[in-house]
Amino acid sequence: MYSKQRLVAAMAKKTLLNSKDIQIILHRLACQLIENHTDFSNTVLIGLQPRGTFLAKRLVQLLENEYKVKNIKLGLLDITFYRDDFRRREEPLKASNTSIDFIVEDKRVVLIDDVLFSGRSIRAALTAIQSFGRPLSVELLVLIDRRFSRHLPIQPDYKGSQVDVINSEKVKVSWVENDKKDAVYIINEN
Amino acid sequence: MDQLSVEHLLGIKYLKKEDIELIFKTADHFKEVINRPIKKVPSLRDITIANLFFENSTRTKLSFELAEKRLSADIINFSASQSSVKKGETLIDTVNNILSMKVDIVVMRHPNAGAGVFLSKHVNARIVNAGDGAHEHPTQALLDSYSIREKLGSVKGKKIVIIGDILHSRVALSNIFALQLQGATVKVCGPTTLIPKYITELGVAVETNLKKALQWCDVANVLRVQHERMDIKYFPSIREYTQLFGINKQLLDSLNKKIIIMHPGPINRGVEITSDVADSEQSIILNQVENGVAIRMAAIYLLAQQIKK
Repeated sequence: MYSKQRLVAAMAKKTLLNSKDIQIILHRLACQLIENHTDFSNTVLIGLQPRGTFLAKRLVQLLENEYKVKNIKLGLLDITFYRDDFRRREEPLKASNTSIDFIVEDKRVVLIDDVLFSGRSIRAALTAIQSFGRPLSVELLVLIDRRFSRHLPIQPDYKGSQVDVINSEKVKVSWVENDKKDAVYIINEN
Repeated sequence: MDQLSVEHLLGIKYLKKEDIELIFKTADHFKEVINRPIKKVPSLRDITIANLFFENSTRTKLSFELAEKRLSADIINFSASQSSVKKGETLIDTVNNILSMKVDIVVMRHPNAGAGVFLSKHVNARIVNAGDGAHEHPTQALLDSYSIREKLGSVKGKKIVIIGDILHSRVALSNIFALQLQGATVKVCGPTTLIPKYITELGVAVETNLKKALQWCDVANVLRVQHERMDIKYFPSIREYTQLFGINKQLLDSLNKKIIIMHPGPINRGVEITSDVADSEQSIILNQVENGVAIRMAAIYLLAQQIKK
């Protein structure tokens, strides 16, 4: 049985990470990328539309301004036409822009998204990226890894934070760029 | 709006302005797709499309076929010349036979006006009209407007003149509907015998002086004289037609502005348009062809989206 307090708490929006936490995590993710990719000469970063692109752009800013890495290649990839739920959902899918002005042939690709949940978007992204050539390798970077919720055998190579939440809860990442504030919330949809 | 307001693409006159905007926005994405090294998306993997061409076509058929393949749909092609239509089968029977092979979308060109509408009432599939007689050719009008939007930023407020054989042209009618819906002003220009009697009731002005028409417009959409649809003589000779309604470089250079030249093809070089005009910088004829694939991908994708599992 749920107590009254617990029900109230469940309906409220809970802050998982504040702007300072996110800043620290971004620095750590940037350092981990540098460890593996040094000068990024053969690496390309791909932000997944729509919400992964904010994280990708932040990381590029940080790498260029704070860590003095030059000439980072960043692309934005929309996976709408590669999704596996076309015609299977109530709401129609809405596409965003793809802007990748380079070939990924023999490049080391880092896919970047905000929340890793079922893994289906990443599956779609793995197919989509092949339209731009055959990458040497593909890694996955996410800000939030929702554990125990995967539908597919996909795990991140770099993760900002891990979180265990139940299915009816939603993890929402907000950025200064679109939601006025850097923060990660857990929202109960019930 | 994320969804079309119609179940079939039968003509522009059934569409709303928002439908056209949605198709254009979707086509923007597909235009990017068809410029990738691998120009194909898997969206329509479980959709089957029949292309039924009861009338000859090269460009439209190829464009539809390519669009369908780029979306990963399975396709079957049918031309009236090699079919049981010659043996006396009715249209509904032909199509129902094809549909029993589990076809989801039918793309049809037919010599009779209204064939698409008729079919949509009698068979259980989404219908895309790829031209019905002298009635409508919606995807052509969409790609024409899309090409104008791409070149000039928007269609709204632009002045477009459609030149040539308006009487026999489904491209003209669909274009008039599409352009007016988006807020453009349309004039038609051609020999009076080739201009339909009540065309002004559509809110279209008629101009019989080619130079005046060109001086007025931002875009000139030049049509072919459709000899195959003419059972009587509408003008004395092709030479006379060319002298009065053919566009050549001198005429274009004599205007005090640079207008855009379009043509839905096939071109009769030297009749309605000279080679130097068709191949000039002002011509966007080949852009129209490229955009045709993106527009048809968008239209088919949006119709397929409504077919639930």
